[in-house]
Amino acid sequence: MTALVRLSGLQIAACKDGGVTSIVRDIDLCVEAGEVLALIGESGSGKTTIALALLGYARPGCRITGGEIEVAGHRIDRMDEAALRTLRGRVVAYVAQSAAAAFNPMLTIMRQVIEPALVHGLMDRAAAETKARGLFRALALPDPDTVGDRYPHQVSGGQLQRLMAAMALITDPALVIFDEPTTALDVTTQIEVLKAFKTVVRDLGTTAVYVSHDLAVVAQIADRICVLRGGTVQEQGKADQILHAPAHAYSRALVGAAAPRVPAEPIAMPPPAPGEAPLLELRDIVAGYGGLDANGRPKACILDKVSLTIRRGRTLGVIGESGSGKSTLARVVAGLHSAAQGYVNLNGVPLASRIADRSREDLRRVQLVFQNADTALNPAMRVGQTVGRPLTFFHGLRGRTRAAEVARLFDLVRLPAAIADRLPGELSGGQKQRVNLARALAARPDLLLCDEVTSALDPVVAEAVLDLLVDLRRELGVAYMFITHDIERVRAIADDVMVLYGGCQMELADARALGSGPHHPYSRLLMASVPHLKAGWLETTMDPFAPVPGQAGATADGCRFFSRCALAMPGTCDLVRPASLVADDRLIACHRELAEL
Amino acid sequence: MTASLWVTRLIAGRIASAVFTLFLVSLAVFAVSLLMGGDAAEAILGQSATPEALAGLRASMHLDQPAPQRYLGWLIGLLHGDPGTSLVTGRPIGGMIAPRLANSLLLAGLTALVSVPVALTLGILAAVKRGGTFDRVVGIATIGIVSVPEFLIATVAVLIFAVTLHWLPALSSLRDVDSIYELLRVFALPVMSLACVTVAQMIRMTRAAVCDALTSSYVEAARLKGVPPRRLVLGHALPNAIGPIANAVALSLSALLGGVIVIEVIFNYPGVARLMVDAVATRDMPLVQTVAMIFSASYLVLVTTADIVAILANPRLRHQ
Ligand code: SF4
Repeated sequence: MTALVRLSGLQIAACKDGGVTSIVRDIDLCVEAGEVLALIGESGSGKTTIALALLGYARPGCRITGGEIEVAGHRIDRMDEAALRTLRGRVVAYVAQSAAAAFNPMLTIMRQVIEPALVHGLMDRAAAETKARGLFRALALPDPDTVGDRYPHQVSGGQLQRLMAAMALITDPALVIFDEPTTALDVTTQIEVLKAFKTVVRDLGTTAVYVSHDLAVVAQIADRICVLRGGTVQEQGKADQILHAPAHAYSRALVGAAAPRVPAEPIAMPPPAPGEAPLLELRDIVAGYGGLDANGRPKACILDKVSLTIRRGRTLGVIGESGSGKSTLARVVAGLHSAAQGYVNLNGVPLASRIADRSREDLRRVQLVFQNADTALNPAMRVGQTVGRPLTFFHGLRGRTRAAEVARLFDLVRLPAAIADRLPGELSGGQKQRVNLARALAARPDLLLCDEVTSALDPVVAEAVLDLLVDLRRELGVAYMFITHDIERVRAIADDVMVLYGGCQMELADARALGSGPHHPYSRLLMASVPHLKAGWLETTMDPFAPVPGQAGATADGCRFFSRCALAMPGTCDLVRPASLVADDRLIACHRELAEL
Repeated sequence: MTASLWVTRLIAGRIASAVFTLFLVSLAVFAVSLLMGGDAAEAILGQSATPEALAGLRASMHLDQPAPQRYLGWLIGLLHGDPGTSLVTGRPIGGMIAPRLANSLLLAGLTALVSVPVALTLGILAAVKRGGTFDRVVGIATIGIVSVPEFLIATVAVLIFAVTLHWLPALSSLRDVDSIYELLRVFALPVMSLACVTVAQMIRMTRAAVCDALTSSYVEAARLKGVPPRRLVLGHALPNAIGPIANAVALSLSALLGGVIVIEVIFNYPGVARLMVDAVATRDMPLVQTVAMIFSASYLVLVTTADIVAILANPRLRHQ
């Protein structure tokens, strides 16, 4: 077979502050017709830059400096801008990472989807619209006939991503580039989008380059995988070979990081003294935005009657998708968001709901580690200073003793002490997150609220930070509230797991009980949606969107999960709030019997 | 249907808040005129007036009434289109202002007519060619013009075109205008001086808004679909810049209101602003108040219009 896409000796450089740095070097790649090639690597590996080069495009500040790029017989490296324009969208099409940003908010979806066909003069408007509706149907979009009349903000993220694929496919391009198309989505949405992509790619025989950092996702869709790091190819080969017999050390590290984590050894804690209050206790927390109604509930209710306890030195994992209220939960505990109802107790004593009303001692005991270390660290302050300030504030340390304690903290988070003189901008993402942790630990807290602390990190780095959290817990005996969207991570680090959906508590279970015995239907869906590092998994996993007839939405009092639940019982579930089923190691909020779950 | 209802309510809300602001402004204007007014009766009759004469004049001008009552009377009068009588000439203020207002509107309108299209074109072109020579020249020129006050521009323009070259009249009296040619000659200098400042500001803000849109992900995505440059700017970037541009235009045109005062004085142009300057000099408080209200109202009309344009142009607000 002849290669449809051929890259040889590709070089790309970034021009910054007058200097030129090479960011992609000596890339040789081929993609055969009908094949899906995955480009996998961490951030900064050059995967997106290489993919964009296939369109003859370099982001502002970058330049293609050498090599040959050939797609479907066109020598892209020799073309000028006008010639490239006739190629883009017609011969090579692009599906961006965030369709939410890539769709123009001012124009209707249909107008944008058919635009490539119109600007290249391939069809008239009516024909293009008909074809678009056909693609919408093939991509399993709801309301395929009318969805095009809407504006981007009126459809969900998962739907936009599929609409963007329709936009790419409308011209029957020779090559489609998928640039991290599911990264911004929730797991249960990701699987739905992946299935749709896989179906059309197979049915249309599309040749594709699929850019991703997630090996498990790539395993579902790629025929061949190319592992990139620092702008060079580390290894390329058949998907099976890379997944099961990676040759290069870096590929092995990637595969290792993608494999399910072995849960940490449970840490033996002395049993609580009889009558000892739990470290943190939340009772029936209701929180949200907007004024309160007659029942004292906020207009937009983000958390609805959430209760939990964390004992000293234990870890509670809180899991939920975007919009589940998990971050608001951390903000309520931290005092950044006042609850409308319910109470928060620390060691059996009520905590003031606003941070301004809390005593210094209460502030010290509960520390929040933010998701994004980039924005949490003051870019103009040396990191030693950032970590030192809480030492002065909470413990009155100054001068030499403070410097010694800062050094000890850096040691604790496995950073060299010399790093204290650097600015955040000089550190890598993983290092910044460690500094962020050290800053929180400086207060010597009893409870750390970790809000998605690993989600902005590359997999290998994220694993190392998780290891660190486990070690710190063993060494310091701090308790964690570990908030994430990733059920695998939670399972590996937590003692107990709480599953949130739409602001309501679906399940509270012992982490070791996850995966066996009865579970809430939503917990099941979550667990079934995590891609496995195994080709063909996508086809065998249960279909989370098995159509459930006549299930529109529930009343405000009904089960929040009703519209997506395969076990729902209309007439009950949509009207009455489920009570909790109690088993010895789990609590499940559902109307079904335990035996049915 | 509910969507259009929602938009109607949104717009009604903006208008209501503009009206409320205007009410607050009327309070402020009245309070300020109380503070700086001194005793108008004394001002009119002079130092040597007898107490009886002063008292009589005060009574006839309702100056003996308590302030809230006077305020109410003034406000009700304004709402009925009767802003009272001038203290100095004794003529009804409405009649004094009407022809002047028409003149000022003519001046402002002509300036807007010249400056808006020029500014939008230059601003968009500069954004499209950002980083290039054209952009840099426009950038330097606008910064240069913005930093020169309009009275200086006007004075220099008069020196060059009227005094040295004798091409244009130095004063803009409307009395001997009887042809379009004359009209253009009379207006050329004031309009040019006024337009300089507003155009410069509008160019800068338009350029910023369009640049913002042009560097967005959706424009990159459109470029990668093969959309040609012209369509990229007009079809993709511009719709997103409408809101900010409308605001820029409104702000610049409201800056025009301040500029009009200076320009009318320099060119001795018989507009409302010069009337106000004269009124301040003669302590003709009712006249000052009325003109101040007219200026505030025009400002609010401009800003509210820009708000409404932005709402109507934004599908996220139109289709909630
Ligand atoms: S209560 Fe009903 S709808 Fe909710 S999870 Fe249970 S079965 Fe499903």
